[in-house]
Amino acid sequence: MTEKTEEKFVKWVLFATGLSSIAIILLIILFIFNEGIPALTSVGFFNFVFGMTWAPSNGQYGVFPMVIGTLGITALALVLAVPLSICCAVFLSEIAPPTMRKILKPTIQGLAGIPSVIYGFFGLVVLVPFMRVHYGGTGFSLLAASLILTIMILPTITSISEDALRSIPMEYKEASFALGATQWQTIKNVLLPAAVPGVITAIILGMGRAIGETMAVIMVAGNVVQIPGSIFDPVRALTSNIALEMGYATGLHYNALFATGIILIGVIIILLLIANYFNYKKRVTIGGGYL
Amino acid sequence: MDKKYIIGIIIALVVIVGAYMVVAPGSGSKVTIVGSTSVQPVAEKLATGYMKEHPNVKITVQGGGTAVGIKSAQDGTANIGTASKAISANDSQGLTQYTLGQDGVVAIVSPNNNLTGLTKDQLKGIFSGNITNWNQVGGPDAKINVIVREEGSGTRDAFQEIVLGKLSNGTKVSFVSSAIVQSSTQAVQQAVSQDPNAIGFCSFADLGNDTKALSINGISASASTIADGTYTIQRPFLFLVKGDAKGEVKNFIDWVMGPEGQAILTSEKIIKSTNSTNSTK
Repeated sequence: MTEKTEEKFVKWVLFATGLSSIAIILLIILFIFNEGIPALTSVGFFNFVFGMTWAPSNGQYGVFPMVIGTLGITALALVLAVPLSICCAVFLSEIAPPTMRKILKPTIQGLAGIPSVIYGFFGLVVLVPFMRVHYGGTGFSLLAASLILTIMILPTITSISEDALRSIPMEYKEASFALGATQWQTIKNVLLPAAVPGVITAIILGMGRAIGETMAVIMVAGNVVQIPGSIFDPVRALTSNIALEMGYATGLHYNALFATGIILIGVIIILLLIANYFNYKKRVTIGGGYL
Repeated sequence: MDKKYIIGIIIALVVIVGAYMVVAPGSGSKVTIVGSTSVQPVAEKLATGYMKEHPNVKITVQGGGTAVGIKSAQDGTANIGTASKAISANDSQGLTQYTLGQDGVVAIVSPNNNLTGLTKDQLKGIFSGNITNWNQVGGPDAKINVIVREEGSGTRDAFQEIVLGKLSNGTKVSFVSSAIVQSSTQAVQQAVSQDPNAIGFCSFADLGNDTKALSINGISASASTIADGTYTIQRPFLFLVKGDAKGEVKNFIDWVMGPEGQAILTSEKIIKSTNSTNSTK
């Protein structure tokens, strides 16, 4: 009897904790929509999403340049970070001797523990002047933001990809070596394909961090509301827009910032759907299950 | 499993949040100060100083902007509204104004920039986008990198109003759209200090050694030029109270106007005007 009640109790507690996370997300989304919808209705959804001018003091609310800014910064950061991280993960899991791994892994994970404002300050003091001197303009640019984000998402993608590589059964590797494959051939033809789902998960998490990053991006991106003509032009991301103006906004401007949040959620959901589709397509099926 | 669990959890959450909101307010007198984000740091210093001497008084200071300060003072949602610009007779109806002092806004460039001063028209041209090269104002042939604060910042508003002014049809002249936006005074100073072609602005009180303030129409900003009104890019910091100040609000304002409050204002570089046309009370 006591065992049965205990069993029930534990089940209930676990269920409650699981459910509370959903409840919190729902409450947040509900709140954001509740605050943001008035702006969307009064400005008009299409005017808001595809509007080119953001001038709250003149009553103009268009976030399209910021959607482009967010996508541009994130895409460039992923293009830079993914190859680097995957190579790094392969090195850590397959090539590095154990002693080196013991030093490298905590170092890379340490990168993830540095607060984003530190990255932003580093960017502002070191990267921005460097880019101004070498590429002209002001130095505040899409590229500067992407470079900072690359360093920030590197540890996430590396360590999750490495876990995926290390969780591949030993038999795969042994079978490949037994067939006479070299180490590079084994990595290229057996390990990497088998690790693809894990690597995609890693990229999704990295992308999530890149898209949501606010502070570091505010400090180096220049925050000009415009569609960038090149990667050396300043841009404003959706997250930066909210953080920059939240402190003062009232009335419709305040609602418009929440509406910006709705658009951001929309962008993230679309990207997640695309990523999950690839994840589904690329999974490796073996004997009824898949890795 | 079933709906009972879900409903139970949502109710529990609501009860916890609700209970917190009901219990949180403490005892003792409360004074709320709402308004200009430029006045906010000064008001916080004053509030901290006052609360140290009067531990049973709780003063909360919030931002929102000058417009919010005027509105909150008028409709009574705040005991004291703050403003960082001279307010119109229409807005000030029914409000008592207490002037804390004058704050200068200075245009800043990198110490590596050889320029020492501009005229107000040149400054307007640069920030509104009509002047884009330093050689148009007597500098080297280089593009001007304009750096401004974010929409809603009190310093930005003041600069826009005093330097850019309005068009003949009454709309505000806007900043050049390619201007880099930085989210704090420190970030503007950092960006300006390292770029010899950059120009920005900040409050006189925040002026540091990393950047150089430009003189305007030949007059450089200093405590004395701001006090006598010859340096024209300046704004008053105001406390607004509905009707006459009473009770704790009156005690606080008397304290601010007294020696302790004035000492804090002086250390914050809020300058007492000696020019009679500037003072409102």
